[in-house]
Amino acid sequence: MNSLLEFLSLSDPNVRMVVWGTTLLGASAGLVGVFTLLRKRALLGDAVAHSILPGVCLAFLVGHSKAPYVLLLGALVAGWLSLLSIDFLVRRTKLKADSVIGLVLSVFFGLGIWLLTSIQQSGVASQSGLDKFLFGKAASITSQDVSMFGWVVLAVVVILLLFYKGFKVLAFDEDYARAIGMPVRLLEFLLSTITVLSIAVGIQAVGVVLMASLLIAPAAAARFWTDRLSVMLLLAVGMGILAAWAGAFISFTAPSMPTGPWIVLALAALTVFSMLWAPRRGVLGRWLRQWRYARKIALENVKCIEDLVPTGRLDLKRRICRHRRKIRLFK
Amino acid sequence: MDAIWIILTGTLVALCCGLLGSFLVLRQMAMVGDAISHAVLPGIVIAFLLAESRDSLPMLIGAAAVGVLVTVLIEWLHRVGRMQADASIGISYTTLFAIGIILISYFTRQVDLDQDCVLYGEIAYVPLDTWILSNGTSLGPRAVWILGGALLLILTFIGMGYKGLQLTTFDASYAATLGISTVFWHYALMSTVSLATVVSFESVGAILVVAFLIVPPATAYLLTDRLPVMLGLSALFGFLSAVLGYGLAVATNGSVAGAMAVAAGFWFILALGIHFIKKRLHAFPARRKLPESYI
Repeated sequence: MNSLLEFLSLSDPNVRMVVWGTTLLGASAGLVGVFTLLRKRALLGDAVAHSILPGVCLAFLVGHSKAPYVLLLGALVAGWLSLLSIDFLVRRTKLKADSVIGLVLSVFFGLGIWLLTSIQQSGVASQSGLDKFLFGKAASITSQDVSMFGWVVLAVVVILLLFYKGFKVLAFDEDYARAIGMPVRLLEFLLSTITVLSIAVGIQAVGVVLMASLLIAPAAAARFWTDRLSVMLLLAVGMGILAAWAGAFISFTAPSMPTGPWIVLALAALTVFSMLWAPRRGVLGRWLRQWRYARKIALENVKCIEDLVPTGRLDLKRRICRHRRKIRLFK
Repeated sequence: MDAIWIILTGTLVALCCGLLGSFLVLRQMAMVGDAISHAVLPGIVIAFLLAESRDSLPMLIGAAAVGVLVTVLIEWLHRVGRMQADASIGISYTTLFAIGIILISYFTRQVDLDQDCVLYGEIAYVPLDTWILSNGTSLGPRAVWILGGALLLILTFIGMGYKGLQLTTFDASYAATLGISTVFWHYALMSTVSLATVVSFESVGAILVVAFLIVPPATAYLLTDRLPVMLGLSALFGFLSAVLGYGLAVATNGSVAGAMAVAAGFWFILALGIHFIKKRLHAFPARRKLPESYI
């Protein structure tokens, strides 16, 4: 209990950075993830997260610096290229989306690993720590990072607010958006940009694989609770933030524990909870409704038979009564 | 000699993954392969903790079981939880992977596995870990023997189950009317993929497994419509990727697994070029003279 209070007071500057950093990341990933999920492209985030690596390495090689903005630029370009090539291959070949995503993901990531190891072998000074970009280390988030995350969240929110209506139509019915003359290409471009941006900054904190979860899980969990886009966005942000705090708290109480994976586990728990307990779309709610319906039908059937029984057949009436009691009790 | 062993290891991985990957690509389950290759991590860690060795049989089986578990989890989230298919893949494997990382950091003293190695492996160390008999004769790298055994198993599986796999892949409902169980072949394929992933995992890492599961079959699929040809071509492209990748890695002093993935991408781009040229030729056949009667 004490440690919880100490954690919530955020008196430790290190903890403060981790908490604010992951909170901001959870918020931006949650917002962006809703749209990738609704457009049935949840795994695209995974592909982009992997594809960013070669961009980071090339940016380092060209720019000769490890400044976050230089690496971020490389990351953005590579993430963008991966999205374009996925789009191109899905449209122009007979390969299906899943193969194309896996293909681009593994080739880009392989390229990144190859470049990364070449750089490490080449003995360029100051390359060390480049691999942090890949696996992420939430504990080493600095105030500079936090301010960058803050700007990204701001950019995402502003773009979402400005083009909210367009994104909404795009997410649910792309053909309709095209038919009524919306600038679909521009909207897609903006949406991909904020997606790549949130992924690129997030990877440094939680790593490639775990970033995918931060993008998919809050949106998937929020989807169970509502059919309204605005509510879903808010819920996804809330869940992302809640999971971020939970993960940070666990690694605060047990310092040997990594923050990122615990955030993922918290997200998984939230998702399973939503899947089971959400009133309308949840599993338990559905079972309850099915059960009630089955019972109602059974009782109605009994009633129908009862009406057919001629007067005076008390033995039959008694049997029907017994049957109804059985349904009431056990069904 | 080391070069031959490394190329041989890469080729064996490529053959194991490429043959099974063809079915995954045709079944539109490529990302399930990706999910399995990440999700075996906790299985490997737990088996490692229990068996206290790297490549004993219980470890392989335990880890492969977790790989099958992730496919069950994906199905469950999708069918019972009514979750979108892609979201259920994403959530199940990231969760298992996170559990794996937590286990590694918790048992960091007992487990001699590190996260980087798990993701991109170190095929260059394969020749160092040789299998030496009690009388001192060396039989070559252990990984080659394990992978060879796995390849034999996979070949037997595909050979014996060819008909079932083919039918359930191309026309599941027809297969069902013939009385062939689609569920059985689904899980049989998933367990074999899982096994292939686990045996390839330690020497080449998750990334090369995914690359070899998806890229050579996708390359082959661009060039043919026939399943036997596709299987042959993906084996061929797997082998070519291993050779070219090794060359690239030696030339640049980089990661062998990464370079092999890049090489696989190179062959894919080549096949893509051929594919487009073929399409172009098909779309504009040589202009023929119309017969007189048309005029």
